[in-house]
Amino acid sequence: MSPRAACRLATLGFARVYDYLPGKVDWLAFGLPREGDEAATPRAGDIARRDVPTCAPSDRIGTVRERVEAAGWVQCLVVNDERVVLGRLRGTALSADAEARAEEVMEAGPTTVRPDERLSDLATRLRERDVASIVVTMPDGRLVGQLLRDDAERLGAV
Amino acid sequence: MTTVGYPALRRLLDEDALLVEVLPAEEFAEMHLPGAVNIPLKTLGADTTAGLDRTRPVVVYCWDAL
Repeated sequence: MSPRAACRLATLGFARVYDYLPGKVDWLAFGLPREGDEAATPRAGDIARRDVPTCAPSDRIGTVRERVEAAGWVQCLVVNDERVVLGRLRGTALSADAEARAEEVMEAGPTTVRPDERLSDLATRLRERDVASIVVTMPDGRLVGQLLRDDAERLGAV
Repeated sequence: MTTVGYPALRRLLDEDALLVEVLPAEEFAEMHLPGAVNIPLKTLGADTTAGLDRTRPVVVYCWDAL
């Protein structure tokens, strides 16, 4: 939609027209201020934890495990060079043979949510499905962070 | 027309760029970027843009890139 709007403005004679193509979702992914009737409504992008450990598909599990433990996490997200989430390592995957590659043992395609999702809605869904955390990504799959249900329940209460 | 990401947007806002959200009014009312004005795409024309300062950079946006 915004590319068409930018072209329209150019035809109307505006000389310096820019298209912020990533749009509102990108803005929310940074947890930035906003205005409007629901400006105060907390969203997933506001509290997603950016420090969730990540690794490359080719990384060895032994190295990843050490890094995850040192960071105090119990999971790691497998991302490509563009930070697109490919999979997740936790539990038995993180306990696999130290020489195994992340892509060989990861859970592929973990469920994700967008940074604009309301925390109150998310907290309810996570509780109903007994899910402790969920991955937050941009629409194109790039990682924003990991949302913990405890955080969502604490900060999303209405 | 140039496509920008957040870092370039930040610089443009520092240059006093004008933000224009082109989503429908209901979505704008719900939430928008600080200082943005709303001109829905379907209404974008000479009359609705007449009040915009043409000496300022204009940045349009909608929901996402998809």
